[in-house]
Amino acid sequence: MELIIEKLKKNRAFLCLECGKCTATCPISTYNRGYSPRRMLAEGLFYDAGDLMSDRLLWSCLTCRLCSQRCPVDVKYSDYMRDIRAEACRHGQWGNPSHGGTLLHIMEMTASPKLRQNRTGWITEDLRIGTKGEVLYFVGCLPYFQDFFSKDFDFDPVSIAQDTVRILNRLGIEPVVLENERCCGHDLYWLGRLEKLDDLGRLNIKQIEESGAKMVVTACPECALVLKNIYPERLGNIGFEVAHISEIIARNVDRLKFKNLDMEITFQDPCRLGRYLGVYRQPREALSSIPGLRMYEMRHSGRGAICCGTTNWMNCDATSHQIQRNRLNEARATGAKTLVTACPKCQIHLRCTTCSKEPEKVDIALSDLVNIVASALAD
Amino acid sequence: MAIKTSKREKKVTWEEFVPDIVAFACNWCSYAGADTAGVNRIQHSPNFRIIRTMCSGRVTPAYVLKALKLGADGVLVSGCHFGDCHYIFGNYEAVKQFEKTKALVKTLGLDEKRVRLEWVSAAEGGRWADVINEFVGQITALGPSPLNHKPKSGK
Ligand code: SF4
Ligand code: SF4
Ligand code: FES
Repeated sequence: MELIIEKLKKNRAFLCLECGKCTATCPISTYNRGYSPRRMLAEGLFYDAGDLMSDRLLWSCLTCRLCSQRCPVDVKYSDYMRDIRAEACRHGQWGNPSHGGTLLHIMEMTASPKLRQNRTGWITEDLRIGTKGEVLYFVGCLPYFQDFFSKDFDFDPVSIAQDTVRILNRLGIEPVVLENERCCGHDLYWLGRLEKLDDLGRLNIKQIEESGAKMVVTACPECALVLKNIYPERLGNIGFEVAHISEIIARNVDRLKFKNLDMEITFQDPCRLGRYLGVYRQPREALSSIPGLRMYEMRHSGRGAICCGTTNWMNCDATSHQIQRNRLNEARATGAKTLVTACPKCQIHLRCTTCSKEPEKVDIALSDLVNIVASALAD
Repeated sequence: MAIKTSKREKKVTWEEFVPDIVAFACNWCSYAGADTAGVNRIQHSPNFRIIRTMCSGRVTPAYVLKALKLGADGVLVSGCHFGDCHYIFGNYEAVKQFEKTKALVKTLGLDEKRVRLEWVSAAEGGRWADVINEFVGQITALGPSPLNHKPKSGK
């Protein structure tokens, strides 16, 4: 019990006014009436913490931070969830991982120091990669997504990696790519497996520092969040800067020459890029600098953007699909033909719903920001 | 059914590598095939743990990867021959799942020979023993998996 009280204090939960704004705004609560962040807090405050830890719904929270955005007293709800989950893990509790936990197994496997991965198959002849240099491109799980999702969802996750390198090459950068890069550990962190995150972090930081890179670029907001904020929080200072590719593009739009791209798009703010890292402006700047591209905003965008419905490969269910369908319909209602995201996982989750059968099918194309920008690069 | 293990048995010392293998066998054919091998007293390598699944189609990459994560040196997935699956198309699904598994195992940097898909019917006790012996031989030749954290001696 003491442990829980300490966690409640740490995450400002005692300040809760019980106003219920969190439950009113939470995308999970919207479709699953059994779930309520306010009740989860109250459970920790007034009732048995054991009940809270064995509650299946503990694993449903998307840690999307929409509730904290609305909370008048800034209760750190997603951090509270992470801490309770860490405690629950210690008591042998676990949620329902989606895809049978395949991706979580892979993450844990890459924490094994002896493993020599074979993950650079996506690097084609035309891409220029450096062995030493100032800039490092942190690829993330894309090679694994390629193996696991490309057939079912008819899209190439590694094209995101290829196009990122293409854009960097165009800016005169030949990024270093680690041959044996480990998972960043993002999902394990939010699921409360903090020791695993530390193991992965140490392995990654060592490799990055050995490469001599001063700047790490990623095309995945989760990797960016972990490298930029979570590693320093857990493991102390790191000797390099971290940027999401949209920041690099926005910073250098004048140096990129674009051709006309006749498209109508809308943008899905990934939770980690938006509410966690505060990057709202840059992806929009990057996209709107492409001539011919018309961009429309969804009703919920920017700070109020709604999550893609699943995080951490955990507890994907009918609620997740309802959130996704709703999000896709919202995108469709703007008049856009393509929904652009800046996070490979958002795309996978939303694609899963666009692949569903009638009558739920929503007719909208999906793409990643780097794919759009790379396809607009003038020859 | 002659066994090929006799030569190995003589050589085995405590220090020697003895592979740990997980075999997923479907209830209706392969598991029964392993039973047939037992009933017919066909000897084969004992270095594997068998896990019964209802159908090979249910063995998604998650099962195989979890076994590898926990230190298995090799994983065998076995089901009914095409056309014999109790659920009609389960083993076609197994092929699809196994392709993904193999791709993931390769990207992880493990030898793809560490995973194998086989079809063994309920009558093929001899074939089950052959498959097991051959697979154990193959894994022994590959050596321990980089994820096998078990201390070398004392096995
Ligand atoms: S929004 Fe904040 S103050 Fe209101 S109930 Fe939720 S956690 Fe408590
Ligand atoms: S972080 Fe997101 S999913 Fe979790 S309770 Fe808050 S709004 Fe709901
Ligand atoms: S029941 Fe044997 S493979 Fe389906």
